[in-house]
Amino acid sequence: MKSKAVKTEATQKPVLQEAQPEQGKRSIWKQAGQGLLIPALAVFTGLVFGAIIIVITDPHLLSAYKNFFSDPLTALASPFVAVFNAYGSLFLGSFGNPVTLVEGIRAYFATGESTLLLKAIYPFTESLTTATPYIFAGLAVALGFRCGLFNIGAEGQFFIGALCSAFVGYAFQMPWYIHLPLALLAGALGGAIWGAIPGYLKAVTGAHEVVNTIMMNWIAFRLSDWLLTGPMKASGYRPVTPVIQDSAFLPRLFPDPLRFNIGFFLALAVAVLVWWFLFKTTLGFEIRAVGTNPDAARYAGMSIVRNFVLVMVLSGALAGLAGASQVLGVDHWVGQGFSAGYGFDSIALALLGKSHPLGVVVAALLFGFLRGGATRMQSMAGIPIDIISVIQGFVIIFVAAPAFIRAIYRLRAARAEETVLTRGWGK
Amino acid sequence: MTTEITEQNSKNSFIRTRILPGLILIAIGLLILLLFGMDTQPGQQATFGMNVMRSQAIQIPDLTLPVQPAIYGLIVVTVFMGAWQVARGVRSTGVLIGVVAFCFVVAFLIWATREKSFNLVGMLSSSLVRATPIALAALCGVISERAAVVNIAIEGIMLITAETGVIAGTLSHNLYVGLLAALLSGALIAGIHAVLVIKYKVDQIVSGVAINIFGAGITSFISSRFLEKNVDMLNNSGTFPVIPIPLMAKIPILGPIFFENNLIVYLTILLVIGLHVLLFYTPWGLRTRAVGEHPRAADTLGIDVFMMRYVNVIIGGAIAGLGGAYFTLGSVGRFDEIMTAGKGFIGLAAMIFGKWNPFGAFTSSLIFGFADSLQVKMQILKVPIPSQILGMAPYLVTMIVLAGLVGRALPPAADGTPYEKQ
Repeated sequence: MKSKAVKTEATQKPVLQEAQPEQGKRSIWKQAGQGLLIPALAVFTGLVFGAIIIVITDPHLLSAYKNFFSDPLTALASPFVAVFNAYGSLFLGSFGNPVTLVEGIRAYFATGESTLLLKAIYPFTESLTTATPYIFAGLAVALGFRCGLFNIGAEGQFFIGALCSAFVGYAFQMPWYIHLPLALLAGALGGAIWGAIPGYLKAVTGAHEVVNTIMMNWIAFRLSDWLLTGPMKASGYRPVTPVIQDSAFLPRLFPDPLRFNIGFFLALAVAVLVWWFLFKTTLGFEIRAVGTNPDAARYAGMSIVRNFVLVMVLSGALAGLAGASQVLGVDHWVGQGFSAGYGFDSIALALLGKSHPLGVVVAALLFGFLRGGATRMQSMAGIPIDIISVIQGFVIIFVAAPAFIRAIYRLRAARAEETVLTRGWGK
Repeated sequence: MTTEITEQNSKNSFIRTRILPGLILIAIGLLILLLFGMDTQPGQQATFGMNVMRSQAIQIPDLTLPVQPAIYGLIVVTVFMGAWQVARGVRSTGVLIGVVAFCFVVAFLIWATREKSFNLVGMLSSSLVRATPIALAALCGVISERAAVVNIAIEGIMLITAETGVIAGTLSHNLYVGLLAALLSGALIAGIHAVLVIKYKVDQIVSGVAINIFGAGITSFISSRFLEKNVDMLNNSGTFPVIPIPLMAKIPILGPIFFENNLIVYLTILLVIGLHVLLFYTPWGLRTRAVGEHPRAADTLGIDVFMMRYVNVIIGGAIAGLGGAYFTLGSVGRFDEIMTAGKGFIGLAAMIFGKWNPFGAFTSSLIFGFADSLQVKMQILKVPIPSQILGMAPYLVTMIVLAGLVGRALPPAADGTPYEKQ
């Protein structure tokens, strides 16, 4: 372990040292643990705060407390009951019921009938399916952060990518080995163009990408509104695209109604690709250099303009792939509100994962499980799905303000410097 | 060799700064001809209504313009400005862009109104009304960023204050209580942003985005949980009535636009003036700007940098609270999910466009409000452009404005960086 750490330090270019202290002494597991501690505590604290909000807005609770003196036990127990119901149904929605799983396995080995088994693993696979676009979108935002760019436009890029790949999906007849890659490429390209515009504007005029990407989001929503009620509308009344051809489907691994498809493994492969790109190539090094210290990077001869545009294009492409994977693998058509929530969620992901592809994958899995369970939570415990956004907001704050977490849990101060994420307006 | 290169450089920059913009303007003139001029017939007339219904203003006759002469006249003006720029150069680029943009928009309006009638004063009046939340968001941004705290959270704050205002207003059957609740909740959320950013030194944009996510989530959550089921008890506050100002409302054209609005619009106009005076004519404003430009120098003079920043951000939060209250108490009287529709961010663009000045921010908000109101009217006029494409107008305008002007607009020098005492 130690010699490995020393070896990577020696091969680093001497021009730019990453702002971290001597790490050769501590084992890689301890480093990972330390890096994982704050995000893990942030998520936990976020869930706790979410629980508090669930409790104080629970109508049954309010009526139980009205009768506090007549029935104190119910009143005292009701907060815990409320939270138990809420997070219990969240767990059931995310992972599935262990009892059903055991029964399913037993039934399969007894009779060869797989329906019960499939039903048991449905929540788990559904969570993984939900996590897939999050992995792509989180990678998109994380790549932007690495270059000091704040890509809030992931949602717009997601939608445009979805529309592009849906178009290729339903408009052409081709064998699957051409159709599927072409559809994915179309999605990536659509997102790339959508990201290139704010990137180019930032590089040339200095306009801050936060406002521009948000504007592009709203333009994308309006554009998609028009496309879905006009040129791209399927026959009928609903503002949706036609269903894409079978040859453009991302293959599913289990029979209906399970929606788990190879898009998940594609996402993991892309994550590895992004990791390799960022940490093992010269271009990736340039990007990280521009993100860490643009003045030093310029002095070293790197083109800030070129890197900004490149990163926004790649980031947009990844977000477009997220939309493409969702269309080709899960829904097979695009409707209004298709991209709802992915944009801001992916920001939370990138922050939680500290802009590292591995961290993003883990965070995306977490969000996938949270969202997968949230629909169950809404139907079983009656808690609106928006509580997930509330929890995410808390989690981002806790991750971005580690001092807060440290104060609550009385942790020692970290040794490594926190990464600089953004720099004011138009600089 | 060197002089040749510098001459070449200066000639290139000469081409870029003088000739190119002029050529672009002439091209815009030709564009007006192609898009609007070609599509008209001689003898067509466009009628612009000059009166608003149910108004106290003295009624004046409608303005009827002959379409082709008017459009061609505007083309001539545009081409003339372009040619002047190429030949002599116009000193103020702002005036140049302004005049040409005005010609383009007016030509568009005349073309869209050919053979029909269109209530111009009504549209201008609704421009001011639609500009109000944008202006308030922009003012919140101005006061916060003048003290060097970037406040992206305006959208989230406006959502939260909109909901708080309408709930308080409905519960208490009193709009003023609702307004107060909105102001206080805005100050509170902004206070949280301030604490995170000043005390815990969280990245200002990250904190802003987190508050936006939280705001969208909690308002939709409460809306689903409580407001949908208890509309009359929680989500039906009524709106502030239109209060015409006694004598001024009678003035034609200006009366209906400026002097027949509700309380929040009047407060906005007063705030613009008040904030301008406060920032540029009082010692407190001077200290604020000092803290924003060079906090260390301000600190050595004994100004409490942290306290100034807290106060400014919290006041900004209250202003954003007023903006949020506009959506519910000043407009529809109920809360809908994500009803701000990006106005908080457009307000930030207005702030940058207005060069971090209250009056500049207000003027640019009027422009965005105009774009917003224009696309609605265009739908009514059945202009052959799909309504959703027209709906992009405010956002496109924002992007074009940002692209054209940010390079020349400098934020307060310490904007975005936390202050560390030494």
